[in-house]
Amino acid sequence: MALVQIRDVYKSFQRDSQRIDVFTGLSLDVAEGSFTALMGPSGSGKSTLLNLIAGLDRPTSGTVRVAGADVHAMSAAQLAAWRARHIGFVFQQLNLLPVLTAYQNVELPLLLTRLSKKEREERVRVALGVVGLDDRIHHYPRQLSGGQEQRVAIARAIVADPTLILLDEPTGQLDARSSQEVLTLLQRLNSEFGKTVVIVTHDAHAADKAKAVLHLEKGVLIERAAVGA
Amino acid sequence: MRYLPLVLANLGRHKRRTFLTTASVALALFLFASLRTVVTTIAAGAQFGSARRLVATNATGIVFPLPLAYAGRLRALPGVQAVSWANWFGGRYGDGKRFFATFAVDPASYLDMYPEIVLPADQRDAFLRERSAAIVGRRLLDVFGWHLGQDVTLQGTIFSGDWTFTIRGVYTPSDPVINDDMLIFRHDYLDERMNRAGFAGWYILRIDDPNNAAGIAKLVDDQFRNSSAPTKTGTEQAFNASFATMWGNVSLLMNTIGMAVVFAILLVTANAMMMSARERTGEVAVLKTIGFSDWRLFGLVMLEAGLITLTGAVLGLGGAKLLYRATNFNAAGFLPGFDVDGTTLAVGGAIALLLMLASGLVPAVRAARLPVVQALRHVE
Repeated sequence: MALVQIRDVYKSFQRDSQRIDVFTGLSLDVAEGSFTALMGPSGSGKSTLLNLIAGLDRPTSGTVRVAGADVHAMSAAQLAAWRARHIGFVFQQLNLLPVLTAYQNVELPLLLTRLSKKEREERVRVALGVVGLDDRIHHYPRQLSGGQEQRVAIARAIVADPTLILLDEPTGQLDARSSQEVLTLLQRLNSEFGKTVVIVTHDAHAADKAKAVLHLEKGVLIERAAVGA
Repeated sequence: MRYLPLVLANLGRHKRRTFLTTASVALALFLFASLRTVVTTIAAGAQFGSARRLVATNATGIVFPLPLAYAGRLRALPGVQAVSWANWFGGRYGDGKRFFATFAVDPASYLDMYPEIVLPADQRDAFLRERSAAIVGRRLLDVFGWHLGQDVTLQGTIFSGDWTFTIRGVYTPSDPVINDDMLIFRHDYLDERMNRAGFAGWYILRIDDPNNAAGIAKLVDDQFRNSSAPTKTGTEQAFNASFATMWGNVSLLMNTIGMAVVFAILLVTANAMMMSARERTGEVAVLKTIGFSDWRLFGLVMLEAGLITLTGAVLGLGGAKLLYRATNFNAAGFLPGFDVDGTTLAVGGAIALLLMLASGLVPAVRAARLPVVQALRHVE
């Protein structure tokens, strides 16, 4: 069974007097344990799709189910709790709170759990260890390179052991080497830890790392690779 | 408590701004406490007075004297147990920059009339023995570094010339409302120097029953109604209150200034809080994406506002309480017993709470209601 089921989703925005239709009946499945890349030109709806899956935005009509839950049937408070439990999200930039250390940034999702301080510390150390930054625990974002910042953001995305990891152009601002480090890390999370990963990217090299690639063109899925292959 | 490091980190983001905002709140509440204490001190002074003491002044005005011959007639009135008299002197010491009150009194009867003026027995005897003797409050002695036996010379402003007194006693008031910043000397010394024996500034009468105060006051005034110096008699409390009214509508002025200051600081604090919240729109988006609920974000912003105002309140109100107590402040004798009371601290605390709500509410609601996707545009 697919972890993410998108059925007949319509999404439109109103900009001034103009109505912009982003999706007109989009349907899509993402299998559990897959590594999917979403590609397409700017304005094709990649980030909007990611936001719909994460429950950050609501479709005009249609359903988005993640791990069996109808995401948009939930109230705002239920959605917040659901996101804390099921979603790890990484942005292109400005992921980290600049006033917090790497440790404190990664700990943020755990503050919403009932874990004790000691348990939180163990989890944060493990997550930072997975991304290879256990020696940068007390560094502030300004003391880290762009690649290291993204790895901290990924550590934060996995620390609460979410069902799904969503990344919106995580390598968009990185140099080739840092980009490679991040992509290798995502591959590892998928293959070694069985995490379901959906990544939005413009970078063909990044898409190569994925097991499946979806192309969006003006809100329409024009090419579908074998998801979960 | 688990969110405290996050809140503290946010407050530490712009240390100077946080410091200045906190300092503004502290200063506003310090001023509020100070101004309100001026009002409460004046009010307490107006309330002071024994129910068993009446004061008789010249009906024309307090600056006009009364004949000393009235003393015997007052003593003879039914219900009157004792009579004393005093006169405002109005001298100045040294360069005159440090003002203090100076009274000429009938020594024995005055000290008997005011047991609140506590004086060691040997010093009292010395004051009663020596015509040019004076007693001073402990604070006044300390301010000028005087000592017992020292001669001090005042320049008379109402009664001209240099007046030299020998300090023979140091009194300590048993009631903080009584000024311990006064110099009291003997009325007969004033009469002798001025060569005008036979006048008193006002009379103080101790009566047997406070319930008879109105009747006895009327009896006194009736007694001298057709004389050349008719009297106006009332309770000591009313007499003190009449001094308080000389301040004009100080209470209204002080309260208005206090509220204006608090309101101005409210705007400053609210502006700082809103600026801080606006700068963090992208971070609010990140926190919402992580799973922080609207209410949790609302609480975090309110907690920030609360920490700023609470710290400001502790510094401002606590500072006022400790500073005035440590310096024994009394506005050069004008405001004896000046002390920030519990009610003022409670009202100040309530103002701090309102300040927190007013300054934190708008940014907190804004953070809570901000749509994630709209906020994310700040991130992307």
